[in-house]
Amino acid sequence: MTSRKSVLVLGGSSDIGRAAARAFARCGYDVGLAGRDVGVLEPDAADLRARYNVDVGVYRFDVLDTASFEGFVGSLPVLPDVVISIVGLLGVQQNAESDLAQATAIMRSNYEGPSLILGLFAERFLARGSGTLVGVSSVAGDRGRASNYVYGSAKAGFSAFLSGLRARASRGGVHVVTVKPGFVRTRMTEGMKLIGPLTVEASVVGDAILRAVENKTDVVYVSGKWRLVMLIIKTLPEAVFKKLKF
Amino acid sequence: MTLVSGWGRFPVVDTEMLRPRSFEAVGEAVVSGTVARGNGRAYGDAAIGAARTVAMTGFDRVRSFDSATGRIRLEAGMLLSDLIDTFGPRGFLPFVVPGTRFVSIGGAIAADVHGKNHHCEGGFGRYVDSILLRTGQGEVIEASREQNSDAFFATVGGMGLTGVILEATMRLRKVETGWIRERVIPASDLDAAMRALDAGDAATYSVAWIDCVARGKDLGRSLIYLGEHAGKDELPAGAAAFPAGKDPGLAVPMDLPSMTLNRFSIRAFNELYYRMGVRRAGRSHVVSLYPYFFPLDSIADWNRIYGKRGFLQHQCVIPENGARAVLGEILDRVARRGDASFLAVLKKLGQGDGILSFPLPGYTLALDFPVKGDILTFLDEIDRLVVAAGGRLYLAKDARQSRATLEAGYPALSRFNAIRKSLDPAGNIRSKLSQRLFDEV
Repeated sequence: MTSRKSVLVLGGSSDIGRAAARAFARCGYDVGLAGRDVGVLEPDAADLRARYNVDVGVYRFDVLDTASFEGFVGSLPVLPDVVISIVGLLGVQQNAESDLAQATAIMRSNYEGPSLILGLFAERFLARGSGTLVGVSSVAGDRGRASNYVYGSAKAGFSAFLSGLRARASRGGVHVVTVKPGFVRTRMTEGMKLIGPLTVEASVVGDAILRAVENKTDVVYVSGKWRLVMLIIKTLPEAVFKKLKF
Repeated sequence: MTLVSGWGRFPVVDTEMLRPRSFEAVGEAVVSGTVARGNGRAYGDAAIGAARTVAMTGFDRVRSFDSATGRIRLEAGMLLSDLIDTFGPRGFLPFVVPGTRFVSIGGAIAADVHGKNHHCEGGFGRYVDSILLRTGQGEVIEASREQNSDAFFATVGGMGLTGVILEATMRLRKVETGWIRERVIPASDLDAAMRALDAGDAATYSVAWIDCVARGKDLGRSLIYLGEHAGKDELPAGAAAFPAGKDPGLAVPMDLPSMTLNRFSIRAFNELYYRMGVRRAGRSHVVSLYPYFFPLDSIADWNRIYGKRGFLQHQCVIPENGARAVLGEILDRVARRGDASFLAVLKKLGQGDGILSFPLPGYTLALDFPVKGDILTFLDEIDRLVVAAGGRLYLAKDARQSRATLEAGYPALSRFNAIRKSLDPAGNIRSKLSQRLFDEV
């Protein structure tokens, strides 16, 4: 490893993860890609090395295996300057309504795992007195909706965790960014009906994450339109909101 | 099913669109009547599967890059814009770029695209060393000039009909800067334009923009743009060695009514454009590669200015001997018709590299027409002039030529078809274009 800045991307094989890794590597960051399947990460690691001439490492990381987190953090060759958590699981709401295993997987993948791992890094960062943590949450966490409240509630928990962590860590020189992408054209949303003007490419999210880290932004709605949409959704009285089916 | 069209937005046809995530999944996606699609910048029906279309733009990884030699291995869905933005700042550019950077590498190989340097440096395929191809019968082969050379030369310029291009190895050009030293030469008529292009043979880059509204003694009035890669010492003080590539700033937000481009607006635009060129004439100046190579890329979705019914680009090449008379006749008919766009490009080409590559030594003329009225009949008549002069049409632009025009223009067609058959005996790889022009009926 060199003396360059470094970023660790948890969920490195996701479309947003790849885009974020490229954005940081383009700016000269060394990159760590972490995910469940190291074999899947290798071609992306080779891509980053060839494109940007930076050091890239790949690491096995399973967001559901919380027992492995301490070991995972300890095994990294260097404590990164930036850690980005993009892991998450959309799942299928209808199944999650009756299938406890499915609901549990969604809750753990979107709330428990990402919060615990970023919390661990926060301790290390605070001890060092520097670092940036990025949690990719969701606009779905802004208010529980009939069509995806299992996912949305987990994201709401994650957003709340990040918010509190930010308040605490900011006093110790550590910055926390919450990213709420809105609709993104990715594998996760493939086949879903997305609203064109509210939908962005993964590369836009990747660039937005880099900008947020460099500018020390707290909460990022990748498209400004979403801030407005969610403001309206959050403001609706519950009596009206519960009649909506979306 | 999805309604899909090319860049010209004509024709719009139904196809099943698949977006595989692995090369294995690409293989599984190929059924009878499939073709690969890159960034959809072919104008007509080349990248639309007869039944199924396989979107390749997700495959955009660089496999390896050797900064000593400029040799790069990459996945075929990578866009040329990505390649330029990524490797330009490191001092490497593609040897050949077409008029838009928003094409995929696979598409650039399949169309064997040419640039402003074709007359002296050849087409895109010349700098491709090998291609990883998934053939119609399901083999994955590496094709190069030495190995599977029939497949290689049929794939370069083969319009995706030999199989799905998965990866390619190509050479990049080492450059000092991302700037071009440009010289503009005004030409008052077609003779002067052709003379200026001939005189520009020694220039690395040369192209003429023709005013297609000018008639009579002004017929063929043009601006000729010559270009060379600029060295660091030629840059204005303080300029970065590699200019920033801006995303398209302007965008055409909707389909304009097709009368936006009428005889008067085009005439006014062209007059202004020519006069500005005359004012810049003679002096050479340094411009960023982006406006030099990709002037239209700065306007996103410019294909929408022709209205909802779309437009046709007619690009022919005429062999050098006798080109003057045929080009004059075409331009005269176009000027009298009066609805061609401001976009008319004349340039010299050299020998093509692939079996079905478009270029041959001569002059190529590209014209845009809105789809309306009797345009199809009009273009059929132009095709007869082209064929009679031993010329042919560019398949990457085509949406309407006849089988007879194709067969007359591409004498190597039977050889191409034989190689295609050997790679794909069942005929799985078929596009709307191949149905229209190639496949047995």
